[in-house]
Parts: sequence; structure tokens; C-alpha cells
Amino acid sequence: MAISEHLPAAAKAAPKPRTLRTGTTWVGRNLPWLTLLPTGILGAVFIYGFIALTIYTSMSASKLIPDYTFVGFEQWVKLWSMRRWGIAVNNLFVFSGLFIAIATVIGLVLAILLDQRIRHEGTIRTVILYPMALSFIVTGTAWKWILNPGLGIESLLHDWGFVEAQFDWLVRRDRAIYTVVLAAVWQSSGFIMAIFLASLRGIDPSIMQSAMMDGASTWRIYRRIIIPQLRPAFFTAVVILLHMAIKSYDLVIALTNGGPGTATDLPSTFMYDYAFDRSRIAIGAASATMMLFTIAAVIVPYLYSELRSHNRSRTS
Amino acid sequence: MADTTHQSFDPLATGSRARQTRSRSIVYLLLGLFALLYLSPLVIIFMNAFRPLEEIVREGFISLPNMLSATYWVEAWSTFCIGGTCEGVSRYFSNTLLMTVPATILSTAIGLVNGYALSKWRFKGDTWVFGLITLGVFMPAQMTLLPWAFVLGKIGLSNTIAGLVLVHTVQGISFTTLFCRNYFLAVPDDLIKAARIDGAGFWRIFRRIMLPLSPPILIVCVIWQFTGIWNEFLFGTVFTSGSNQPITSAIVAFSGSGTGERHYNVEAASVIFAALPPLFIYVIGGKYFVRGLTSGAVK
Repeated sequence: MAISEHLPAAAKAAPKPRTLRTGTTWVGRNLPWLTLLPTGILGAVFIYGFIALTIYTSMSASKLIPDYTFVGFEQWVKLWSMRRWGIAVNNLFVFSGLFIAIATVIGLVLAILLDQRIRHEGTIRTVILYPMALSFIVTGTAWKWILNPGLGIESLLHDWGFVEAQFDWLVRRDRAIYTVVLAAVWQSSGFIMAIFLASLRGIDPSIMQSAMMDGASTWRIYRRIIIPQLRPAFFTAVVILLHMAIKSYDLVIALTNGGPGTATDLPSTFMYDYAFDRSRIAIGAASATMMLFTIAAVIVPYLYSELRSHNRSRTS
Repeated sequence: MADTTHQSFDPLATGSRARQTRSRSIVYLLLGLFALLYLSPLVIIFMNAFRPLEEIVREGFISLPNMLSATYWVEAWSTFCIGGTCEGVSRYFSNTLLMTVPATILSTAIGLVNGYALSKWRFKGDTWVFGLITLGVFMPAQMTLLPWAFVLGKIGLSNTIAGLVLVHTVQGISFTTLFCRNYFLAVPDDLIKAARIDGAGFWRIFRRIMLPLSPPILIVCVIWQFTGIWNEFLFGTVFTSGSNQPITSAIVAFSGSGTGERHYNVEAASVIFAALPPLFIYVIGGKYFVRGLTSGAVK
């Protein structure tokens, strides 16, 4: 599932034909890697080369225009002393913590509900998952309208007679970040549902059958037998959601545009603002580098553990 | 006997009949509520595309339209003013289309050949190549924005659709290569060996064996790339401006600006125009969409 699906394959590279040749000419013999060469060059330049350049830029004196005088960690220190960067990092913690927790719980609940041999399962699944096919710009705009204090839910509540009702989180500095959580959960929980549902379908039902014979309640079977077996799915879900959270950009732009003020700034919006609007290139590059480190801290151990667990299962 | 062990676990079939009915209705009720919750944001936008402006302002966004007319849809498509130009959203729609189609085709075609070479042939450093491609999938786009802006400027592609096609193709190859590689791994090596003993070379095996097997993964790649690139916002907004922007940037341009009179109904229709192509693809290719998601949604 997810990335894990790629990785077992990585370790499975062994049984490829080694000795047979593709041809007699040099080109013929070397075709496999020659085919990959253009991609290799593209990747080396446009992905890894660019990443190296951005890291270097974050250690340069660049401001409005690139200036490649090396200044060491000066810009990094400057970045971490900025109040606005502090807000962005803090928001990332609040946002990702809530987003991951809520989306995982809702995804799990939905998967369990859908796993009850219900009718129209396919239709309901399609409805729950469709937000994943849409742009965050589209869904962010939709939520912006719904959460609009004057014209959205608040005005609906007023019309229904709850004249005192207030729902102005979108425009409140201390609440706006939760509206981003709400929209992000809405968009992504269907996907988490799909992960859990696939995992639920993979569990051997005979254990549950025998537990039922022994008189265990449904709730107990779920808590003691089924949910513990979903551990790998939990792991995948959390990594995917964390990765999504760190990269979140579009949704914030469409929903709050980082506001009110800088109340919903995230590292990604900070980066754009400094690199392109304020033309402080080195600070922008430094913030991007911090994002890279955060992603790497999540992804590298994950890839590593996936590879290891696969190797273990291969040798046993 | 074997049947009983393979019977799936069905918690709703336990207890008395009354209890079964009760728990079943609770499940359906909850799922119904969730379905409603998931549907409503898009439905609300859709309904506002039929409502006159004064009605929206008077009654709020969450209300049913009183009449169905295409007026605002036509305006949104052809005359709506976005960022100074009054050509409607059609211009941005075609920008996105012109960006998405070539980038999807290119990245899928390249990924297909790469995936074949990586999965079925061994050469020095192939695991390294694979590892670096995998890692490339996870890299934050923010790390490449500044250099891309610089390079696109140098080669004269800044603020062009061609520039966006280039960026999306390069970014997309990692995904399509991974998808195709993992798919082709399942093709038995004996098949390739036999073909080679018969004298078939690299391209012949590709054409005769791999290509006929690839439609399922091709569909996954095309759906994944098409929806991903169509919905993309960051690259479009950094590398293009004004009337060369993709539709997502256009939406932000009109809905982000707090100043001036808002045309919510026309905006609603524009937003739906932006949502339709990926939604259409999702509805017709749902199975493949989910497969793509679960095998690499870490974007």
C-alpha cells in the first residue's frame, strides 16, 4: 500500500536475467541504461541539482537578486529568529497534529462502517473519496464560502432562528487555523478510509469467527483483534498525512491566504512570500531547506523501515 | 467445512433480529450523514451558479436556487473579467488543458520506457537510480521553485505554457517511472528470457511483450498525471502571470481579492468549470484512480 508497495519491489530486484545480452553492438548491449540516461540527467539537474542549488542559496547573501557570496548559516539563524517563521512552524505543528489525528479517526470509522456488508458500498465510497480528485483551490474556495460569517453557515443558523449563533472562525486570528484543519480533513479522510478498507479486507476472518464463537462482543473484537492488525495501515496513513501536511499550500491560499494577518501562515506560504513577493531569496531558500529536512526526517526512516521489514520477511 | 472458515466476519448479523435491524440502521444513517457532508460543499457551489446575486447576498450561500438558467455559466465561460482581461474562464481552462495534455502524455510515455528498463534489465547502479527516483517523489516543490524560475527565465520559457509543460513533465516522470516499474515487476522474467533466447532485443521485447500488457498501468498513470497536473496551483502561480495562468490561479485571482464587487454566481460557475475535468475522470475511471492513490499518493 502507498509507498510500501514500491519498496518491497526494491528489494526484489534479484531475479533479473544477467548474462544474456541485448545485442552485439555497444549500443545494443548498453541500451537499458542508455534509455534511462535522459531521465537520469533530467533528475540529476532539475531535481537534485536544483535542491543543491537551493541549499547553497540559503547559505548565500542573496536578496533581491541571487548573490552567491557564501555566508554560512547566517540566513538560517536569521530565519529562526523571525517571529513570522515562528508562527508558521507553530501552525504547522497545530495543523498537522490535528489533521493527522482527526483524518485517521474519521478514515478508520468510515472504513469500519463501509466494511459491514452494506448495500451501495461502491456509491458511498465514490462519494466519500471524490474530494481527493479535486484541486485544493476548488475545495478551499467552497469551504471559504461555507465558513463565511456573513453568508455561510452562520447566516444559515440565523435564518433557522439561532440569532445568537456565531461561527466566525475563518476571520478570527485564534481560530482560523482550525478551519484549515476542517477543510483538509474533509478532503483527505476519504483517502485514509480507502487505505483502512483495503487493510480490513486483508484480515483473515476466521480469527474473528472463533472469537465470536467464544462470545466476544463486536466492540471487543474490533478493539482487541481487528484494530491491532491494522497497524501497518495506521503507519502508512500517518506518514502520508504528515507528508501532505508539510506540503500543504494550495488549501491555505484558497481558504485564508495565510490570514487573518499571518495567523494561518505555514512554512510553504512563508517560503512563497519571501522568495517571490518580498524578494528575500536567501530567506525563502532557507525556509524551503527547513521543509526539506522535515520531509526527510519523516520519509527516510519510513523508507528504511519498509525496506528492512521486507528484507526480514524475505529471509524468514 | 472450508466454507465456514472463509466466511467473512459480519458483525451486523449477530444478536436478535431487532438488534440486527437497529445496528444496521445506525450504520446506514451514519454513512448517509457522512455522504451528505462530503457532497455538500460542491453542491453548494454548484447551486450558487444558478442564483441571482441579490438573492445570494440576501439569503446566503446555503440555499436552493429558485430557477435554473445558464446565464451565469455563459458569463463565466466567455465574458467574466479576471485580472483585467474579460475573456471568461475559458481562456484559463484552455491554458490548463494545453499544459495538462502534453505533460501527461510525455511523462507517461517516458515513465513507461523507464519502468520497463528498471524492472526487467540489470545494469550497474540500477538500485541507486531507483532509490533516487523514489526519493525524488517526496521532495518538496519549494526546493526547486527558485532554480526553475531562474532557468525558465534563461531559456525564454518564463510565463509560457511550454515552461509549465516542461516543469510538470520533469516532476511527473518520477511518479510514472515508479508506477510502471512496480507494475512491470509482476511480469514473469521467464517470459523475457524466452523472448531473448528467441533473439528479441530491448525494444522488440518492449513492443511485443510489455506494451500489450501495459494498458492498466497506462490508465493509472494518465489519470494520476492528468488530475494532478490539472489541479496543480503552485507552479502555475510562480512561473506564469496574467492571462497565461492555469485555471487554479485564475480562481485564486478572483476569489482572493477582497476588493471590488463580487460576482458569486459567476465565480461559482467558474469554480465548477475547474472541477469538472478531474471529476469526470474520477467518475469514469474511479477504480484506476483509487489504485493510483493507494500506490503512490504521497505527493
